[in-house]
Amino acid sequence: MRYLVEFRDSEIARRLLDEIRRVTTGAWVIMEVCGGQTHSIIRHGIDQLLPDEIELIHGPGCPVCVTPIETIDRALAIAARDGVIFCSFGDMLRVPGTESDLFAVKSEGGDVRVVYSPLDAVRLAEANPESEVVFFGVGFETTAPANAMAIEQARRRGLRNFSMLASHVLVPPAIEAILQSPANRVQAFLAAGHVCSVMGFWQYPPLAEAYGVPIVVTGFEPVDLLDGIRRAVLQLEAGEARVENAYERIVRREGNRAAQELVERVFEVTARAWRGIGEIPSSGLRIREAYAEFDAERRFDVEGLVSHESELCRSGEVLQGAIKPHECAAFGKECTPRSPLGATMVSGEGACAAYYNYGRFVPVASVSQA
Amino acid sequence: MTAPLDFESWSCPLPLRDYPSIIMGHGGGGKLSSDLVEHLFLPAFRNEALEELGDASVVAGQAGSIALSTDSFVVRPLFFPGGSIGELAVNGTLNDLAMAGARPRYLTAGFILEEGLPLAQLAAIVDRMAEAARTASVAIVTGDTKVVERGHGDGCYINTAGVGFVPAGVSVGPRRARSGDAVLLSGPIGDHGIAVMSVREGLTFETEIRSDTAALYPLVERMLEQPEMVHVLRDPTRGGVCASLNELAQASGVGIVIEETCIPARAEVEAACDLLGLDPLSVANEGKLLAIVAPGAADEVLTRMRAHPLGREAVRIGKVTAENAGIVAVRTALGALRVLTPPVGELLPRIC
Amino acid sequence: MCLAVPGRVETIYEEHGARMGQVNFGGVVKDVCLDYVPELEIGDYTIVHVGFALSRIDEEAARETLAAFEQMGVLDEEFGGPQ
Repeated sequence: MRYLVEFRDSEIARRLLDEIRRVTTGAWVIMEVCGGQTHSIIRHGIDQLLPDEIELIHGPGCPVCVTPIETIDRALAIAARDGVIFCSFGDMLRVPGTESDLFAVKSEGGDVRVVYSPLDAVRLAEANPESEVVFFGVGFETTAPANAMAIEQARRRGLRNFSMLASHVLVPPAIEAILQSPANRVQAFLAAGHVCSVMGFWQYPPLAEAYGVPIVVTGFEPVDLLDGIRRAVLQLEAGEARVENAYERIVRREGNRAAQELVERVFEVTARAWRGIGEIPSSGLRIREAYAEFDAERRFDVEGLVSHESELCRSGEVLQGAIKPHECAAFGKECTPRSPLGATMVSGEGACAAYYNYGRFVPVASVSQA
Repeated sequence: MTAPLDFESWSCPLPLRDYPSIIMGHGGGGKLSSDLVEHLFLPAFRNEALEELGDASVVAGQAGSIALSTDSFVVRPLFFPGGSIGELAVNGTLNDLAMAGARPRYLTAGFILEEGLPLAQLAAIVDRMAEAARTASVAIVTGDTKVVERGHGDGCYINTAGVGFVPAGVSVGPRRARSGDAVLLSGPIGDHGIAVMSVREGLTFETEIRSDTAALYPLVERMLEQPEMVHVLRDPTRGGVCASLNELAQASGVGIVIEETCIPARAEVEAACDLLGLDPLSVANEGKLLAIVAPGAADEVLTRMRAHPLGREAVRIGKVTAENAGIVAVRTALGALRVLTPPVGELLPRIC
Repeated sequence: MCLAVPGRVETIYEEHGARMGQVNFGGVVKDVCLDYVPELEIGDYTIVHVGFALSRIDEEAARETLAAFEQMGVLDEEFGGPQ
């Protein structure tokens, strides 16, 4: 058993779809928060197979998409400097800043490297004492423990040349911001399963109760997603608003205490600007004063950054589920995956990129079975 | 970790042993350059045309159409499980010729070497090129060597150009796909890309994934026994099956639909793709081909493919449609259709 | 972005004071930091994100979940399909 392929089983998926169809009587709007879930839904075609009464809105759970443009511009400025080795997850390479992106900086001679883990960046720092190694620490609560450990490892190894440009965002404040928005149509949430593997789900009951929305902790494979949707629909049909864990094999209510503790030691909660949405209080993490020497924001003096978004870009409204990507005038014209105006068109998990495919693909649905 | 590579088996005549690494002089056209030709390239590639050492090599021609192709190889790392830049440089160009239905005959080899490249590595690369050429019954008849300063050039870049001859009656090309045609794939995808990436990402495997680099003409020759039935051939290298099918859909002005459950991939390749967040359809191959054939001929062509070692696991993966011209769609395991958009640029480090 | 993959712990060792392991993901083996899941033993399954184990997989829970899915729709099939 691999605990992966079993949860992609088409036969089980079909049964779950049948169950969902069987129990759905009303029209429901459900949001999946995490970009990884959006990606999986689009990849397997789940949204096409659900009954028409169920509308899925893709949430702002794409840390790539919500990293503020100022942070991107700061990253670009640092990466372009001599003597800097700038390390990043592959996802960030094509996210547009005001003028440029990391990929362009790399082709102009900047030492930009894609890494799989922040520990790779720490090892690079150890192996290259004459260079300044900077890691672009972007992510949700899932990635914060890895980044915290990387900083802690740098400290333990006595490294003087390692720092992190941290841009962490937190999920529950985002869910609350969406629920508080007057334009909100979301009636139930699929909570991000891997975020919850770290944080647990003890933060959600107050939200479920205060706003009357079911919140189901859900995984990422087709079977997991369909089960999460099934449970959300069952609650909606019954007028319930509870927190349920549909990802029991991985998520416990209290989450991973060891991870939470180290994150707490290295980072502190702060207000964060979400690109396209604006500032959400207590929704981000920054590196604590005690670890200041590992904070690239404090370590690198970046002067004269003037950041501004493309005027045509409506990423923020898309991220909040207020408009669908194809309702933006620039969609598919000035803004395509090849020439993105905003982050939601760049990231593989971004709603606009996902819809770019979906929009081209509506006519394909008429092709007969082989 | 991959086993350390053994360069010791290569015995080096004296003049080259004085210089264990490539220096600028090796590209200068003087004594050092000619030492390299005489003591490294000639003994390895060994053929009459090359040994003439003329500015150009003159070889026998043939009646009919000539196919030409060129490609440059910049893979990093230079050596990976199952191969090296050497095999890629030979097989890659031979396969481009084969995809036009041409029997490859001659190759050129141009080297751009970085100052400091250990000679033993160059020798190993050249040795593998020679072996690949011999296996494919192809001669490397002319070449060139330049050296660039340390810090430029990633060790070794190779350009090869190939010449082949197209047998009478063969007419394959990217614009020839027609509605109703069947789409065939010669075997499991993703081996090459994952083999290369495994070195960079520090992945090891229970069963080692090796590059599938291979010269495909012997397989193509079998498939072309009824040439009018085969409309298109394409080897899915950079960008994988995804890039190739999109190019073909565009070129022929047709739609293509493939079935996710029909696409073969080794379990470890799929696992590596899961781990790295990659789609196997976008991962490079160096010893596989896609064929678009007349619908009635699909079974026949598959039988011929499976009778050859390079096509043992050949399968039908989809079909060509008149609707949705220019678009490639995948029917997922769950039965939904999603568009397979062409890869946008390349996030992956160079793998071919 | 929350790409985390399940794998089986094959070996455990130490690097710079951190508990590390070789984890087998369906045939691919990679080095992973196990510091956050100290209860992991050889043979256990864990979920890994950017080189870090985040949680031990509860195999019993997984089996129960799948068994429940197996049962789903069985009654319907016996009585003539979903309504």
